[in-house]
Amino acid sequence: MSLSLVIGCSLAYISLLFLIAWWVDKRAERGVSVVNNPYVYALSLAVYCTAWTFFGSVGRATTGGLSFLGVYLGPTLLAPLWYMMLRKIILISKNQRITSIADFISSRYGKSTTLGVIVTLIAVLGIVPYISIQLKAVTFGINTLTHFKSGAAPAPTSFWLDSGFWVTVAMASFTGVFGTRKLDPNERHEGLVAAVAFESIVKLITFSAVGLFVTFGIYNGFGDLFTQATLREDTAKMLTFESSGITPFSWNVLVMLSLFAIILLPRQFHISVVENTSPRHIPKAMWVFPLYLLLINIFVLPIALAGKMIFDAGIHPDTYVLSLPLEKGAAWLALAAFIGGFSAATSMIVVEATALSIMFSNHILVPLLIRMRSIGRNHLVNGAARLLDIRRISILLMLFLAYLYQKSVGSTYDLVSVGLISFTAAAQLAPVVIGGLYWKRATHQGAVAGLIVGFIVWAFCLPLPSMAQAGIISNSFVNEGLFHISFLKPYALFGVTGIDPITHAAFWSLLFNAWTYAIVSVNTQPTMLSLTQADLFVNIHKYISGHEYDILKREAKIGDLKAVLNRYLGETRTLALLSDYQVYNKVVLDDHQTAQADLVSFVETSLAGAIGAASARVVIDSVAKEDPISLDEVMRILDQTREAVQHSRIMEEKNEELKTLTLQLTEANVQLKQLDRLKADFITTVTHELRTPVTSIKALSKIILDDYARLDEERRTAYLQIIVNESDRISRLINQVLDIEKLRSEEPVQQMEQLELTEIVLHAVDGVQQLLTERNIKCTITPTNLSLPVNGNRDKLIQVVVNLLSNALKFCNQQEGRIDIHLKQKDRFVFLGIRDNGPGIPAQARQLIFEQFTQLHSKEQGKPHGTGLGLYITKKIVEQHHGSIRVESEPGHGALFEIILPLSNDEPLDRV
Amino acid sequence: MQISGHSAKILVVDDEPNIVIALEYLLQREGYEVQKAYNGQQALDCMENWTPDIVVLDVMMPGMNGFEVARRLREIPALELTKIIFLTAKGTQRDKESGYASGAEYYMIKPFDNDVFISTVNEIMAYG
Repeated sequence: MSLSLVIGCSLAYISLLFLIAWWVDKRAERGVSVVNNPYVYALSLAVYCTAWTFFGSVGRATTGGLSFLGVYLGPTLLAPLWYMMLRKIILISKNQRITSIADFISSRYGKSTTLGVIVTLIAVLGIVPYISIQLKAVTFGINTLTHFKSGAAPAPTSFWLDSGFWVTVAMASFTGVFGTRKLDPNERHEGLVAAVAFESIVKLITFSAVGLFVTFGIYNGFGDLFTQATLREDTAKMLTFESSGITPFSWNVLVMLSLFAIILLPRQFHISVVENTSPRHIPKAMWVFPLYLLLINIFVLPIALAGKMIFDAGIHPDTYVLSLPLEKGAAWLALAAFIGGFSAATSMIVVEATALSIMFSNHILVPLLIRMRSIGRNHLVNGAARLLDIRRISILLMLFLAYLYQKSVGSTYDLVSVGLISFTAAAQLAPVVIGGLYWKRATHQGAVAGLIVGFIVWAFCLPLPSMAQAGIISNSFVNEGLFHISFLKPYALFGVTGIDPITHAAFWSLLFNAWTYAIVSVNTQPTMLSLTQADLFVNIHKYISGHEYDILKREAKIGDLKAVLNRYLGETRTLALLSDYQVYNKVVLDDHQTAQADLVSFVETSLAGAIGAASARVVIDSVAKEDPISLDEVMRILDQTREAVQHSRIMEEKNEELKTLTLQLTEANVQLKQLDRLKADFITTVTHELRTPVTSIKALSKIILDDYARLDEERRTAYLQIIVNESDRISRLINQVLDIEKLRSEEPVQQMEQLELTEIVLHAVDGVQQLLTERNIKCTITPTNLSLPVNGNRDKLIQVVVNLLSNALKFCNQQEGRIDIHLKQKDRFVFLGIRDNGPGIPAQARQLIFEQFTQLHSKEQGKPHGTGLGLYITKKIVEQHHGSIRVESEPGHGALFEIILPLSNDEPLDRV
Repeated sequence: MQISGHSAKILVVDDEPNIVIALEYLLQREGYEVQKAYNGQQALDCMENWTPDIVVLDVMMPGMNGFEVARRLREIPALELTKIIFLTAKGTQRDKESGYASGAEYYMIKPFDNDVFISTVNEIMAYG
């Protein structure tokens, strides 16, 4: 077959794709979406099946039996899990206008630039080999068609003659045109999706055609084919699981890897999430897509068995799809099969390169250029045109990287192995994505650490050894381990052997990745933005269900809402409800006006009462249209909510403070009133106490004045004595009132110094010695030689002792008066006790005597001399010296007043 | 001073002994028969078998105060004709009202003037 025919057909096919894409884009511009359809969505998902599937599965089946099925079983068996995750991811991505998997991860962890770069690098480094095998497959296909049975194609002497190079150029221009036709803020490319869906149909039809040809053209159906296969030892082996050499563990890992890949491979994320037109397409896609996988895999084994039986070892199993029709003379079928493989490759390359270029330009080039602009190179970033150029440059870069990889390393591996290396790379994103979806506590630092560790382990276990085998780097670490440590062999890490390199690498890299992610997350604090984003991602349903936050701005015709209410609630209730709403919200509802979000929510809630929340939601959705909400708006609403919460918290606190203050004021007022009353009482009492002696003085002095001659000597002297005593009483009262005023001001005692209590007592007793002698009272002090240092004001302490002595003098037995003074020290206190042998104090009076103007009266004599302020003043002075006073008494057996003062902390004096 | 052929009897009640001394001297100088009490209970005890024409009563006394003594005195039929003079340091209008309400005829404030006090007593005894 001539090269020009092959190239001509390929170009014609590409032109057809252009035509389809152009037509779809045109219709999209006029507002008619061709791709808004679950079947188109499911078919576009089949971009999963690449040239690897088309050519490589047969090759894999030939060498590894049924093992090729693993990567297709994953999305089928785990469809429910896939459904849950995909739905959530789509809801979040639509809400946040996510443009790529890198954007998704970066956005989840606080819109981190670092994460965007890391994910992009992992994707580029992980996926470039994958793109390279597509290029390889196409080159391989061309060579098979043009050089079948005429010997191997000659090695090209320069890249001008290398068909692989021209394939790359063709792909780059094709992608450049489709992937960057216009700059869409949502990164939606309807033409591209339509072309991809169309290519999926081409893949399926051409592959099935080859399968049918082989099964029913070369053999007489499946029965004949399989019967013949079981007769040969090598082909019979292909039908057993044992021959695949794959352990159950490897099967599980494969299934898991493919589940991750179906979501996380950049092209899958792009097609299934970014290009998704509605989440409603997912349920249908969940069975259409696995069905597609089933159909495209039906003929893999027959073709592989036939190839093995018909060809000898000279034909590469990866080319059976082409070489079988060629061998049997069906050249046109071979050409069609090539176009099928070509379409598998182009769809993969176009979508993958578009997705990667979005990531590369958004997360690496544009931030870099913005940074450069900030140092003055303004012209580099200049509007949308520039941005598209950046995209195109990225695409070229990706594809030529892939070309270089294929030239240098790619030939070492078969198609499937390179594909699985990429799967394992994409799987590194799984922990941070799954964690990001369901684990709020996950932090940016955890994600960065997990990704880096996972990527390093992956790189060490897969691409580095492959590069070593290709001779690019030294091979020694593969066999001997890194730094000659046998535990660090890339195919037998930590001494684990007996599993294939892919499973081995996937196991270790994901284990380290997930644990690092979890441990670092638990030990770091998320930022505020990261927290709000985490809440948005993890609880996306809360944000879109609109119950907690009416975040969706839904609008509907008021007339439509009324009609809905009428249908489910009846006219009477509808009228009642709406008039309630009008009264409460002070609005007038007009059927032709548009209802705002709150009215829509009100109607929905009302409906929910009748038909349940879920049904109400559906009904309202049928009449309301949703305004897309930008991320900024979401953040603004969140901020407002937070501010409102904060504000009300502050108000609450202020209110609490105010309450406390009011309470304190009330209490203070009560205290003030009480003080006021006490003061008034005090003045009344003092007035009375002053008037009483004045009365006696005035009356008696008037008597002496009027009746001086008539009075006898004795009586005159007695009256004059009374006048003197009562005058003393007045001056004493005045002094004590002044003392009390001083005590009331509660100033600290002035002139504190270290004093000897014994010395004070001796001094005080000396002062009243005259009175003691006059009244024949016996006074004892025990002991008199004890050193009792206290801190205090000398005059005040003397006043205290004198007051107590005067008290004792006043009340002691008139005939045989006795006062005993005791001094002692115990622990850090000194004790002074003064005991008299008077009538004692009745129990009910013992506390009262320390109050102002309380005096004990004897029945016979009426009031004793004194003001009733002495003990009060004594108590106050003692308290000012940090001491206390108490009284002990048994009626009839005298009273004991005891003062307790703290011992001085200073060096003891030796004055006594 | 002799009125209606018999010496008028006066009870002085005060917890201040010096005031009692002064009052006793002034009243005896006028020729009245004087009895002394230093608190309310003593006063009431004293009047059980001795009917004074006038009771000079202090208000602020330990135990029973003067108002209470007056109220109890008024409940004794035998003392129906006995006049009560309050002689007290409590000088507010409210105190006075309480005094009259408890059954007193006169209310004098300490410190008092000897002549005013004596002429008040004499007037009572002369005109009832």
